[in-house]
Amino acid sequence: MQQLEHLREHARGRLERIGNVVTSQVWRLGFASRFLFYLVVHSGTALRRFRLTLKEIYFAGVLSLIIILVSGLFVGMVLALQGYETLQRFGASESLGVLVALSLVRELGPVVAGLLFASRAGSAITAEIGLMKATEQISAMEMMAVDPIARVVAPRFWGGVISMPLLAALFSAMGIFGGYLVGVQLIGVDAGAFWSQMQAAVDVRNDILNGVIKSVVFGIAVTWISVFEGYDAVPTAEGVSRATTRTVVTSSLAILALDFALTALMFTGGNNQ
Amino acid sequence: MQQSPTAESIVEIRQVAFGYDPARPVLRDIDLEIPRGSVVGIMGQSGCGKTTLLRIIAAQFLPTAGEARVLGRSTAGLDREGLYEMRRRMGMLFQFGALFTDLSVYENVAFPLREHVALPEDLLHDLVMLKLQAVGLRGAAQLMPTELSGGMARRVALARSIALDPRLILYDEPFTGLDPISFGVIVRLIRELNDSLGATSIIVTHDVQEALGVVDYVYFMADGRVIAQGTPEDIRRSGEPFVRQFVNGAAEGPVPFHYPAPDYAADLELAS
Repeated sequence: MQQLEHLREHARGRLERIGNVVTSQVWRLGFASRFLFYLVVHSGTALRRFRLTLKEIYFAGVLSLIIILVSGLFVGMVLALQGYETLQRFGASESLGVLVALSLVRELGPVVAGLLFASRAGSAITAEIGLMKATEQISAMEMMAVDPIARVVAPRFWGGVISMPLLAALFSAMGIFGGYLVGVQLIGVDAGAFWSQMQAAVDVRNDILNGVIKSVVFGIAVTWISVFEGYDAVPTAEGVSRATTRTVVTSSLAILALDFALTALMFTGGNNQ
Repeated sequence: MQQSPTAESIVEIRQVAFGYDPARPVLRDIDLEIPRGSVVGIMGQSGCGKTTLLRIIAAQFLPTAGEARVLGRSTAGLDREGLYEMRRRMGMLFQFGALFTDLSVYENVAFPLREHVALPEDLLHDLVMLKLQAVGLRGAAQLMPTELSGGMARRVALARSIALDPRLILYDEPFTGLDPISFGVIVRLIRELNDSLGATSIIVTHDVQEALGVVDYVYFMADGRVIAQGTPEDIRRSGEPFVRQFVNGAAEGPVPFHYPAPDYAADLELAS
Protein backbone atom coordinates (compact mmCIF):
# COMPACT_ATOMS: atom_id res chain seq x y z
CA MET A 1 0.00 0.00 0.00
CA GLN A 2 2.72 2.39 1.02
CA GLN A 3 4.74 1.34 -1.98
CA LEU A 4 1.83 2.09 -4.28
CA GLU A 5 1.49 5.52 -2.71
CA HIS A 6 5.19 6.11 -3.23
CA LEU A 7 4.95 5.06 -6.87
CA ARG A 8 2.00 7.32 -7.45
CA GLU A 9 3.90 10.19 -5.89
CA HIS A 10 6.88 9.47 -8.12
CA ALA A 11 4.74 9.36 -11.27
CA ARG A 12 3.03 12.59 -10.31
CA GLY A 13 6.37 14.28 -9.76
CA ARG A 14 7.60 13.18 -13.15
CA LEU A 15 4.39 14.28 -14.85
CA GLU A 16 4.66 17.66 -13.17
CA ARG A 17 8.20 18.07 -14.42
CA ILE A 18 7.18 17.23 -17.98
CA GLY A 19 4.29 19.64 -17.68
CA ASN A 20 6.63 22.34 -16.42
CA VAL A 21 9.04 21.83 -19.29
CA VAL A 22 6.21 21.98 -21.83
CA THR A 23 4.60 25.10 -20.38
CA SER A 24 7.93 26.87 -20.05
CA GLN A 25 8.79 26.04 -23.67
CA VAL A 26 5.41 27.26 -24.89
CA TRP A 27 5.84 30.40 -22.81
CA ARG A 28 9.28 30.94 -24.33
CA LEU A 29 7.95 30.46 -27.84
CA GLY A 30 5.27 33.04 -27.14
CA PHE A 31 7.87 35.39 -25.73
CA ALA A 32 10.07 34.87 -28.80
CA SER A 33 7.10 35.57 -31.08
CA ARG A 34 6.29 38.79 -29.29
CA PHE A 35 9.96 39.70 -29.52
CA LEU A 36 9.89 39.10 -33.30
CA PHE A 37 6.74 41.16 -33.66
CA TYR A 38 8.20 44.06 -31.67
CA LEU A 39 11.42 43.79 -33.64
CA VAL A 40 9.68 43.96 -37.01
CA VAL A 41 7.48 46.87 -35.89
CA HIS A 42 10.55 48.78 -34.65
CA SER A 43 12.66 48.16 -37.73
CA GLY A 44 12.33 51.74 -38.91
CA THR A 45 15.79 52.76 -37.70
CA ALA A 46 17.46 49.74 -39.29
CA LEU A 47 15.87 50.46 -42.67
CA ARG A 48 16.06 54.25 -42.59
CA ARG A 49 19.68 54.26 -41.50
CA PHE A 50 20.55 51.42 -43.83
CA ARG A 51 24.25 51.84 -43.10
CA LEU A 52 23.61 50.08 -39.75
CA THR A 53 22.13 47.07 -41.57
CA LEU A 54 24.89 47.14 -44.20
CA LYS A 55 27.46 46.76 -41.45
CA GLU A 56 25.67 43.65 -40.21
CA ILE A 57 25.40 42.26 -43.74
CA TYR A 58 29.15 42.59 -43.82
CA PHE A 59 29.57 40.71 -40.52
CA ALA A 60 26.98 38.01 -41.16
CA GLY A 61 27.30 37.68 -44.92
CA VAL A 62 30.65 38.81 -46.26
CA LEU A 63 32.65 37.25 -43.44
CA SER A 64 30.80 33.93 -43.99
CA LEU A 65 31.80 33.86 -47.66
CA ILE A 66 34.95 31.78 -47.26
CA ILE A 67 33.30 28.92 -45.40
CA ILE A 68 30.24 28.99 -47.70
CA LEU A 69 32.22 29.05 -50.94
CA VAL A 70 34.73 26.40 -49.92
CA SER A 71 32.03 24.10 -48.54
CA GLY A 72 29.92 24.59 -51.66
CA LEU A 73 32.83 23.66 -53.87
CA PHE A 74 33.54 20.46 -51.97
CA VAL A 75 29.88 19.44 -51.69
CA GLY A 76 29.52 19.86 -55.46
CA MET A 77 32.68 17.84 -56.10
CA VAL A 78 31.52 15.00 -53.87
CA LEU A 79 28.06 15.05 -55.48
CA ALA A 80 29.65 14.67 -58.90
CA LEU A 81 31.82 11.76 -57.77
CA GLN A 82 28.97 9.92 -56.07
CA GLY A 83 26.43 10.80 -58.75
CA TYR A 84 28.65 9.64 -61.57
CA GLU A 85 29.18 6.28 -59.83
CA THR A 86 25.44 5.63 -59.76
CA LEU A 87 24.42 7.23 -63.08
CA GLN A 88 26.97 5.44 -65.21
CA ARG A 89 25.56 2.08 -64.10
CA PHE A 90 22.39 3.03 -65.94
CA GLY A 91 24.23 4.63 -68.80
CA ALA A 92 22.95 8.05 -67.79
CA SER A 93 26.19 9.75 -66.93
CA GLU A 94 25.28 12.75 -69.15
CA SER A 95 22.57 13.57 -66.64
CA LEU A 96 25.23 14.34 -64.05
CA GLY A 97 24.70 18.08 -64.51
CA VAL A 98 20.98 17.70 -63.74
CA LEU A 99 21.64 15.64 -60.64
CA VAL A 100 24.19 18.05 -59.25
CA ALA A 101 22.14 21.15 -60.02
CA LEU A 102 18.82 19.86 -58.72
CA SER A 103 20.33 18.47 -55.51
CA LEU A 104 22.03 21.77 -54.83
CA VAL A 105 19.32 24.17 -55.84
CA ARG A 106 16.45 22.32 -54.21
CA GLU A 107 18.02 20.90 -51.07
CA LEU A 108 21.69 21.09 -50.31
CA GLY A 109 22.19 24.73 -51.16
CA PRO A 110 19.62 26.14 -48.71
CA VAL A 111 20.09 23.43 -46.06
CA VAL A 112 23.87 23.19 -45.88
CA ALA A 113 24.33 26.93 -46.33
CA GLY A 114 21.73 27.40 -43.55
CA LEU A 115 23.55 25.04 -41.21
CA LEU A 116 26.87 26.73 -41.90
CA PHE A 117 25.27 30.15 -41.52
CA ALA A 118 23.82 29.14 -38.14
CA SER A 119 27.17 28.00 -36.80
CA ARG A 120 29.23 30.83 -38.32
CA ALA A 121 27.00 33.90 -38.19
CA GLY A 122 24.16 32.87 -35.87
CA SER A 123 26.48 31.94 -33.02
CA ALA A 124 28.40 35.19 -33.49
CA ILE A 125 25.19 37.25 -33.34
CA THR A 126 24.04 35.48 -30.15
CA ALA A 127 27.42 35.82 -28.47
CA GLU A 128 27.72 39.49 -29.40
CA ILE A 129 24.28 40.50 -28.17
CA GLY A 130 24.66 38.30 -25.06
CA LEU A 131 27.99 39.91 -24.20
CA MET A 132 26.61 43.38 -24.81
CA LYS A 133 23.95 42.49 -22.28
CA ALA A 134 26.45 41.01 -19.82
CA THR A 135 28.64 44.13 -19.99
CA GLU A 136 25.60 46.41 -19.49
CA GLN A 137 25.92 47.93 -22.97
CA ILE A 138 22.26 47.13 -23.58
CA SER A 139 21.22 48.80 -20.30
CA ALA A 140 23.45 51.77 -21.10
CA MET A 141 21.66 52.17 -24.40
CA GLU A 142 18.27 52.05 -22.67
CA MET A 143 19.46 54.69 -20.22
CA MET A 144 20.41 56.88 -23.19
CA ALA A 145 16.79 56.62 -24.35
CA VAL A 146 17.84 54.49 -27.31
CA ASP A 147 15.79 51.36 -27.91
CA PRO A 148 18.31 48.49 -28.10
CA ILE A 149 15.91 46.33 -30.09
CA ALA A 150 15.65 48.99 -32.76
CA ARG A 151 19.31 49.97 -32.67
CA VAL A 152 21.15 46.67 -32.00
CA VAL A 153 18.80 43.78 -32.71
CA ALA A 154 16.89 44.93 -35.80
CA PRO A 155 19.94 45.69 -37.97
CA ARG A 156 21.40 42.29 -37.10
CA PHE A 157 18.13 40.58 -37.88
CA TRP A 158 17.74 42.22 -41.29
CA GLY A 159 21.42 41.78 -42.05
CA GLY A 160 21.05 38.03 -41.50
CA VAL A 161 17.76 37.77 -43.36
CA ILE A 162 19.25 39.53 -46.38
CA SER A 163 22.56 37.63 -46.28
CA MET A 164 21.25 34.10 -46.01
CA PRO A 165 19.53 33.71 -49.45
CA LEU A 166 22.55 35.29 -51.14
CA LEU A 167 24.88 32.89 -49.37
CA ALA A 168 22.69 29.91 -50.30
CA ALA A 169 22.69 31.02 -53.94
CA LEU A 170 26.47 31.37 -53.93
CA PHE A 171 26.77 27.97 -52.26
CA SER A 172 24.71 26.37 -55.04
CA ALA A 173 26.61 28.17 -57.79
CA MET A 174 29.94 27.15 -56.29
CA GLY A 175 28.66 23.57 -55.90
CA ILE A 176 27.65 23.41 -59.56
CA PHE A 177 31.10 24.69 -60.48
CA GLY A 178 32.64 21.96 -58.26
CA GLY A 179 30.43 19.37 -59.96
CA TYR A 180 31.63 20.66 -63.32
CA LEU A 181 35.27 20.46 -62.27
CA VAL A 182 34.98 16.85 -61.16
CA GLY A 183 32.38 15.64 -63.69
CA VAL A 184 33.63 17.30 -66.85
CA GLN A 185 37.26 18.17 -66.22
CA LEU A 186 38.28 15.16 -64.15
CA ILE A 187 35.99 12.30 -65.15
CA GLY A 188 35.35 13.45 -68.69
CA VAL A 189 31.57 13.74 -68.94
CA ASP A 190 30.67 15.67 -72.09
CA ALA A 191 30.57 19.37 -71.29
CA GLY A 192 27.75 20.10 -73.73
CA ALA A 193 25.52 17.40 -72.26
CA PHE A 194 26.37 18.45 -68.72
CA TRP A 195 25.24 22.04 -69.24
CA SER A 196 22.41 21.60 -71.75
CA GLN A 197 20.66 18.86 -69.81
CA MET A 198 20.97 20.98 -66.69
CA GLN A 199 19.52 23.97 -68.50
CA ALA A 200 16.62 21.91 -69.81
CA ALA A 201 15.76 20.17 -66.53
CA VAL A 202 16.10 22.93 -63.96
CA ASP A 203 12.92 24.95 -63.82
CA VAL A 204 13.00 28.55 -62.64
CA ARG A 205 9.75 28.43 -60.70
CA ASN A 206 9.68 24.87 -59.42
CA ASP A 207 13.32 24.50 -58.58
CA ILE A 208 15.13 27.80 -58.29
CA LEU A 209 12.31 29.85 -56.80
CA ASN A 210 11.45 27.11 -54.32
CA GLY A 211 15.11 26.90 -53.30
CA VAL A 212 15.19 30.66 -52.80
CA ILE A 213 11.99 30.52 -50.70
CA LYS A 214 13.60 27.87 -48.53
CA SER A 215 16.72 29.93 -48.00
CA VAL A 216 14.66 32.99 -47.09
CA VAL A 217 12.66 30.96 -44.55
CA PHE A 218 15.86 29.48 -43.09
CA GLY A 219 17.41 32.93 -42.96
CA ILE A 220 14.48 34.30 -40.98
CA ALA A 221 14.43 31.28 -38.64
CA VAL A 222 18.17 31.24 -37.92
CA THR A 223 18.48 34.99 -37.42
CA TRP A 224 15.35 35.15 -35.29
CA ILE A 225 16.67 32.37 -33.05
CA SER A 226 20.12 34.01 -32.89
CA VAL A 227 18.96 37.47 -31.90
CA PHE A 228 16.39 36.14 -29.45
CA GLU A 229 18.83 33.80 -27.71
CA GLY A 230 21.34 36.64 -27.45
CA TYR A 231 18.83 39.10 -26.07
CA ASP A 232 17.37 36.53 -23.68
CA ALA A 233 20.76 35.19 -22.52
CA VAL A 234 21.53 35.09 -18.80
CA PRO A 235 24.09 37.91 -18.58
CA THR A 236 27.03 35.84 -17.35
CA ALA A 237 29.87 33.99 -19.09
CA GLU A 238 28.05 30.70 -18.59
CA GLY A 239 24.71 32.12 -19.73
CA VAL A 240 26.19 33.48 -22.96
CA SER A 241 27.93 30.20 -23.70
CA ARG A 242 24.70 28.28 -23.15
CA ALA A 243 22.77 30.69 -25.34
CA THR A 244 25.32 30.33 -28.14
CA THR A 245 25.10 26.54 -27.99
CA ARG A 246 21.31 26.73 -27.98
CA THR A 247 21.38 28.95 -31.06
CA VAL A 248 23.36 26.41 -33.07
CA VAL A 249 21.34 23.42 -31.88
CA THR A 250 17.89 25.02 -32.22
CA SER A 251 18.73 26.61 -35.58
CA SER A 252 20.00 23.34 -37.03
CA LEU A 253 16.93 21.44 -35.89
CA ALA A 254 14.67 24.21 -37.13
CA ILE A 255 16.33 24.17 -40.56
CA LEU A 256 15.94 20.42 -40.95
CA ALA A 257 12.36 20.37 -39.72
CA LEU A 258 11.36 23.36 -41.85
CA ASP A 259 13.11 21.80 -44.83
CA PHE A 260 10.96 18.70 -44.50
CA ALA A 261 7.80 20.75 -44.17
CA LEU A 262 8.65 23.01 -47.12
CA THR A 263 9.73 20.11 -49.33
CA ALA A 264 6.50 18.31 -48.56
CA LEU A 265 4.53 21.42 -49.51
CA MET A 266 6.54 22.29 -52.62
CA PHE A 267 7.41 19.06 -54.33
CA THR A 268 4.31 16.97 -53.82
CA GLY A 269 0.96 17.40 -55.49
CA GLY A 270 2.40 16.81 -58.93
CA ASN A 271 3.55 20.35 -59.64
CA ASN A 272 7.05 19.11 -60.42
CA GLN A 273 7.76 17.22 -63.57
CA MET B 1 19.35 72.37 3.75
CA GLN B 2 18.28 69.01 2.44
CA GLN B 3 14.78 69.04 3.76
CA SER B 4 14.12 72.69 2.96
CA PRO B 5 10.73 72.93 1.29
CA THR B 6 11.75 75.83 -0.92
CA ALA B 7 14.48 74.01 -2.86
CA GLU B 8 13.23 72.33 -6.01
CA SER B 9 13.48 68.57 -5.75
CA ILE B 10 14.88 66.70 -8.71
CA VAL B 11 14.06 63.34 -7.16
CA GLU B 12 11.32 62.64 -4.63
CA ILE B 13 10.80 59.15 -3.33
CA ARG B 14 7.70 58.71 -1.15
CA GLN B 15 7.07 55.56 0.86
CA VAL B 16 8.51 53.41 -1.89
CA ALA B 17 8.62 49.63 -1.58
CA PHE B 18 9.88 47.19 -4.14
CA GLY B 19 10.20 43.44 -4.37
CA TYR B 20 10.03 40.65 -6.90
CA ASP B 21 8.32 38.52 -4.30
CA PRO B 22 5.84 40.35 -2.02
CA ALA B 23 6.94 38.16 0.90
CA ARG B 24 10.54 39.35 0.62
CA PRO B 25 10.69 43.03 -0.27
CA VAL B 26 14.03 44.39 -1.47
CA LEU B 27 13.11 47.95 -0.50
CA ARG B 28 10.75 49.12 2.26
CA ASP B 29 9.42 52.55 3.25
CA ILE B 30 12.00 54.53 1.38
CA ASP B 31 11.65 58.29 1.63
CA LEU B 32 14.13 60.61 0.10
CA GLU B 33 14.30 63.98 -1.48
CA ILE B 34 17.15 65.23 -3.59
CA PRO B 35 17.31 68.98 -4.21
CA ARG B 36 18.62 70.48 -7.43
CA GLY B 37 22.36 71.03 -7.63
CA SER B 38 23.38 68.65 -4.90
CA VAL B 39 25.60 65.57 -4.96
CA VAL B 40 23.95 62.88 -2.89
CA GLY B 41 25.37 59.56 -1.82
CA ILE B 42 23.36 56.40 -1.29
CA MET B 43 25.56 54.08 0.73
CA GLY B 44 25.39 50.71 2.33
CA GLN B 45 26.56 47.18 2.18
CA SER B 46 26.39 45.06 -0.95
CA GLY B 47 22.89 43.67 -1.23
CA CYS B 48 21.23 46.36 0.90
CA GLY B 49 19.06 47.48 -2.02
CA LYS B 50 20.91 50.62 -3.03
CA THR B 51 21.38 49.58 -6.66
CA THR B 52 17.70 48.63 -6.79
CA LEU B 53 16.88 52.10 -5.50
CA LEU B 54 19.03 53.59 -8.26
CA ARG B 55 17.14 51.53 -10.81
CA ILE B 56 13.87 52.83 -9.40
CA ILE B 57 15.14 56.38 -9.85
CA ALA B 58 16.25 55.52 -13.39
CA ALA B 59 12.74 54.11 -14.01
CA GLN B 60 14.19 50.73 -14.95
CA PHE B 61 12.03 49.29 -12.17
CA LEU B 62 8.70 50.62 -11.01
CA PRO B 63 7.97 50.75 -7.27
CA THR B 64 5.48 48.14 -6.06
CA ALA B 65 4.15 50.70 -3.57
CA GLY B 66 4.62 54.42 -3.09
CA GLU B 67 5.68 56.94 -5.65
CA ALA B 68 8.94 57.93 -7.31
CA ARG B 69 8.95 61.39 -8.88
CA VAL B 70 11.97 62.08 -11.03
CA LEU B 71 12.60 65.36 -12.88
CA GLY B 72 9.10 66.40 -11.99
CA ARG B 73 7.27 63.34 -13.28
CA SER B 74 6.07 60.18 -11.63
CA THR B 75 7.86 57.16 -13.09
CA ALA B 76 4.73 55.02 -12.86
CA GLY B 77 2.41 55.45 -15.79
CA LEU B 78 5.07 56.70 -18.19
CA ASP B 79 4.70 55.29 -21.67
CA ARG B 80 7.73 54.55 -23.84
CA GLU B 81 7.81 58.06 -25.23
CA GLY B 82 7.55 59.62 -21.80
CA LEU B 83 10.20 57.32 -20.40
CA TYR B 84 12.64 58.07 -23.20
CA GLU B 85 11.90 61.78 -22.97
CA MET B 86 12.79 61.62 -19.26
CA ARG B 87 15.93 59.59 -19.86
CA ARG B 88 17.22 62.04 -22.41
CA ARG B 89 17.60 64.44 -19.47
CA MET B 90 19.40 61.83 -17.40
CA GLY B 91 22.91 60.41 -17.61
CA MET B 92 24.06 57.20 -16.01
CA LEU B 93 27.58 56.00 -15.38
CA PHE B 94 27.68 52.21 -15.09
CA GLN B 95 29.94 50.31 -12.76
CA PHE B 96 32.44 49.31 -15.44
CA GLY B 97 31.61 52.03 -17.94
CA ALA B 98 29.60 49.84 -20.34
CA LEU B 99 31.29 51.43 -23.36
CA PHE B 100 30.27 50.06 -26.75
CA THR B 101 33.19 47.83 -27.57
CA ASP B 102 32.70 48.04 -31.34
CA LEU B 103 32.93 51.84 -31.39
CA SER B 104 35.93 54.12 -30.84
CA VAL B 105 36.11 56.52 -27.89
CA TYR B 106 34.99 59.33 -30.19
CA GLU B 107 32.03 57.37 -31.53
CA ASN B 108 31.03 56.28 -28.03
CA VAL B 109 30.73 59.88 -26.91
CA ALA B 110 29.07 60.83 -30.19
CA PHE B 111 26.55 57.98 -29.86
CA PRO B 112 23.81 59.73 -27.84
CA LEU B 113 24.20 62.87 -29.95
CA ARG B 114 23.89 60.96 -33.21
CA GLU B 115 20.83 59.13 -31.92
CA HIS B 116 18.96 62.14 -30.61
CA VAL B 117 20.01 65.30 -32.37
CA ALA B 118 20.68 65.77 -36.06
CA LEU B 119 23.85 67.83 -36.04
CA PRO B 120 26.22 68.72 -38.85
CA GLU B 121 29.39 66.64 -38.57
CA ASP B 122 31.68 69.56 -37.67
CA LEU B 123 29.43 70.75 -34.86
CA LEU B 124 29.20 67.18 -33.58
CA HIS B 125 32.98 66.95 -33.66
CA ASP B 126 33.31 70.11 -31.58
CA LEU B 127 30.78 68.86 -29.02
CA VAL B 128 32.46 65.47 -28.66
CA MET B 129 35.87 67.12 -28.26
CA LEU B 130 34.42 69.47 -25.65
CA LYS B 131 33.11 66.53 -23.62
CA LEU B 132 36.35 64.59 -23.98
CA GLN B 133 38.34 67.66 -22.99
CA ALA B 134 36.21 67.92 -19.85
CA VAL B 135 37.36 64.47 -18.76
CA GLY B 136 40.92 65.06 -20.01
CA LEU B 137 40.85 62.45 -22.77
CA ARG B 138 40.68 64.50 -25.96
CA GLY B 139 43.92 62.85 -27.00
CA ALA B 140 42.39 59.37 -26.71
CA ALA B 141 39.53 60.08 -29.11
CA GLN B 142 40.64 57.57 -31.73
CA LEU B 143 41.40 54.70 -29.34
CA MET B 144 39.15 51.67 -29.02
CA PRO B 145 37.65 50.82 -25.58
CA THR B 146 39.88 47.72 -25.32
CA GLU B 147 42.93 49.97 -25.43
CA LEU B 148 41.87 51.96 -22.35
CA SER B 149 42.69 51.37 -18.70
CA GLY B 150 39.80 50.90 -16.28
CA GLY B 151 40.04 54.49 -15.09
CA MET B 152 40.15 55.91 -18.61
CA ALA B 153 37.18 53.80 -19.67
CA ARG B 154 35.21 55.16 -16.72
CA ARG B 155 36.09 58.73 -17.78
CA VAL B 156 35.05 58.11 -21.38
CA ALA B 157 31.78 56.64 -20.12
CA LEU B 158 31.34 59.75 -18.01
CA ALA B 159 31.91 61.96 -21.05
CA ARG B 160 29.30 59.88 -22.89
CA SER B 161 26.77 60.14 -20.09
CA ILE B 162 27.04 63.95 -20.05
CA ALA B 163 26.91 64.27 -23.84
CA LEU B 164 23.32 65.52 -23.80
CA ASP B 165 23.91 67.87 -20.81
CA PRO B 166 21.74 65.90 -18.40
CA ARG B 167 20.00 67.48 -15.45
CA LEU B 168 20.46 64.36 -13.36
CA ILE B 169 23.55 62.14 -13.35
CA LEU B 170 23.40 58.70 -11.74
CA TYR B 171 26.57 56.88 -10.73
CA ASP B 172 26.46 53.15 -10.08
CA GLU B 173 29.52 52.21 -7.99
CA PRO B 174 31.79 54.69 -9.82
CA PHE B 175 34.88 53.93 -7.71
CA THR B 176 35.01 50.15 -7.97
CA GLY B 177 38.38 48.80 -9.04
CA LEU B 178 40.13 52.12 -9.60
CA ASP B 179 43.73 52.93 -8.68
CA PRO B 180 44.18 55.90 -6.30
CA ILE B 181 45.00 58.36 -9.10
CA SER B 182 42.04 57.42 -11.33
CA PHE B 183 39.98 57.47 -8.21
CA GLY B 184 40.97 61.02 -7.36
CA VAL B 185 40.25 62.06 -10.94
CA ILE B 186 36.75 60.57 -10.88
CA VAL B 187 35.96 62.19 -7.51
CA ARG B 188 37.06 65.57 -8.87
CA LEU B 189 35.11 65.10 -12.10
CA ILE B 190 31.89 64.20 -10.31
CA ARG B 191 31.99 67.46 -8.39
CA GLU B 192 33.20 69.64 -11.26
CA LEU B 193 30.74 68.30 -13.82
CA ASN B 194 27.87 68.54 -11.40
CA ASP B 195 28.60 72.18 -10.68
CA SER B 196 29.52 73.26 -14.21
CA LEU B 197 26.49 71.59 -15.82
CA GLY B 198 24.17 72.76 -13.07
CA ALA B 199 23.16 69.14 -12.70
CA THR B 200 22.22 66.98 -9.73
CA SER B 201 24.16 63.80 -8.99
CA ILE B 202 23.36 60.61 -7.15
CA ILE B 203 26.21 58.27 -6.26
CA VAL B 204 25.49 54.72 -5.20
CA THR B 205 28.56 53.27 -3.58
CA HIS B 206 30.00 51.22 -0.78
CA ASP B 207 33.30 53.10 -0.82
CA VAL B 208 32.18 55.18 2.12
CA GLN B 209 35.33 57.01 3.17
CA GLU B 210 36.06 58.11 -0.38
CA ALA B 211 32.53 59.10 -1.21
CA LEU B 212 32.09 61.10 1.99
CA GLY B 213 34.67 63.52 0.60
CA VAL B 214 32.58 64.45 -2.43
CA VAL B 215 28.91 64.30 -1.44
CA ASP B 216 26.72 66.98 0.19
CA TYR B 217 24.31 64.58 1.80
CA VAL B 218 24.19 60.87 2.52
CA TYR B 219 21.45 58.29 2.78
CA PHE B 220 22.63 55.19 4.55
CA MET B 221 20.83 51.97 3.72
CA ALA B 222 20.67 48.55 5.33
CA ASP B 223 18.33 45.69 4.67
CA GLY B 224 16.16 47.61 2.24
CA ARG B 225 15.61 50.68 4.45
CA VAL B 226 17.20 54.04 4.99
CA ILE B 227 18.69 53.75 8.48
CA ALA B 228 20.57 57.02 8.70
CA GLN B 229 20.93 60.23 6.78
CA GLY B 230 22.72 63.52 7.06
CA THR B 231 25.71 65.49 5.91
CA PRO B 232 29.07 63.68 5.72
CA GLU B 233 29.91 65.24 9.10
CA ASP B 234 26.74 63.80 10.65
CA ILE B 235 27.57 60.37 9.27
CA ARG B 236 31.14 60.44 10.56
CA ARG B 237 29.86 61.38 14.02
CA SER B 238 26.90 59.02 13.90
CA GLY B 239 26.24 56.90 16.95
CA GLU B 240 24.29 54.31 14.96
CA PRO B 241 26.28 51.08 15.48
CA PHE B 242 25.83 49.85 11.91
CA VAL B 243 26.98 53.14 10.42
CA ARG B 244 29.97 53.18 12.79
CA GLN B 245 30.93 49.67 11.77
CA PHE B 246 30.56 50.51 8.10
CA VAL B 247 32.44 53.81 8.18
CA ASN B 248 35.30 52.28 10.15
CA GLY B 249 35.28 49.03 8.17
CA ALA B 250 35.20 46.86 11.29
CA ALA B 251 34.83 43.11 10.75
CA GLU B 252 32.55 42.63 13.73
CA GLY B 253 29.57 44.68 14.77
CA PRO B 254 25.87 44.57 14.06
CA VAL B 255 26.80 42.91 10.76
CA PRO B 256 28.43 39.66 11.81
CA PHE B 257 31.55 38.34 10.11
CA HIS B 258 29.90 34.95 9.62
CA TYR B 259 27.08 34.23 7.24
CA PRO B 260 24.31 32.43 9.16
CA ALA B 261 25.38 28.78 9.45
CA PRO B 262 24.62 25.71 11.53
CA ASP B 263 26.67 25.14 14.63
CA TYR B 264 30.36 24.93 13.70
CA ALA B 265 31.12 21.95 15.92
CA ALA B 266 28.12 20.06 14.54
CA ASP B 267 29.25 20.82 11.00
CA LEU B 268 32.65 19.31 11.69
CA GLU B 269 30.90 16.35 13.35
CA LEU B 270 32.75 17.01 16.61
CA ALA B 271 29.69 17.09 18.79
CA SER B 272 28.18 13.78 19.71
